[in-house]
Amino acid sequence: MALPGESTLASRGAKRPGRAETRRPPAPATYPVRTEEDLLTVRHAVRAATVEAGFGLVDQTRVVTAASELARNAYVHGGGGTVTLEYPREPGGRRGLRLTVKDEGPGIADLDAALTDGFTTGGGLGHGLGGARRLMDEFTVRTGPGEGTVVVVTRWTSR
Amino acid sequence: MTGQPQPGVPILRLGDVLVTGLLNELDDRTAIAFTEELTERISAEGARGVLIDISRLEVIDSFVARTLMELTTVARLLGARVIVAGMRPPVAITLVELGIELVGVETALNPEQGMAALGWRQAPQPLEGARRGTAR
Repeated sequence: MALPGESTLASRGAKRPGRAETRRPPAPATYPVRTEEDLLTVRHAVRAATVEAGFGLVDQTRVVTAASELARNAYVHGGGGTVTLEYPREPGGRRGLRLTVKDEGPGIADLDAALTDGFTTGGGLGHGLGGARRLMDEFTVRTGPGEGTVVVVTRWTSR
Repeated sequence: MTGQPQPGVPILRLGDVLVTGLLNELDDRTAIAFTEELTERISAEGARGVLIDISRLEVIDSFVARTLMELTTVARLLGARVIVAGMRPPVAITLVELGIELVGVETALNPEQGMAALGWRQAPQPLEGARRGTAR
């Protein structure tokens, strides 16, 4: 089994100009978020995906950080869930990376409050959801008491 | 890999300063163990300063940020000053957008400047040669 960190480095090193432009985008991939180790696996996978999608270093960091916040939310508040990575492409040709973070937890009772900085029910800093919204270009949440939570975020290259 | 005990983060002592660094993957367990070990060392060795090199951290999310803030506060309560050095520029940009300013955490551009702030001075190196140079 290859170390996730190594595969990230390898894909970075093997990147050739134009490679990502001509190739078909990778198939969507779904990762479980059940343990703390899963959080690391998700971070590695998202880092590799941002490189694959052609993001610069700052955007890579934004997307991986947003993924880390959302995956942790699903783990801590949602009792675990999944993260799905997709590679959408705009009609204009811009490539992107979309994360769908899903859990079957209790849902968010007050979404506006949850999006406010400093609001926390989990002992964090309360910047996870609102912070992830600021770090990404598109952000939608589907949630309700007892319905679980689905957060879909997308970042596009070179906006 | 998974499930195996992580080796602890090394903590060196230089005079009354503890020098350490965080690895690029800081999981929750490592973060908690690191906080505990560092506070024990501060207390046991009477450290007045702590330098934490974070130049290998590729991501600081709100969990890691909270760890750094708590660590700094605990160290301050024990009488030690913490300087976090070497944050990568993309990490700094992301933290600001995330809305986290690491309030109360002192920072330095790199470990060298951090050590200087903690009272360590680099000796002017070729002292002899310089003196000879001016005498001529």
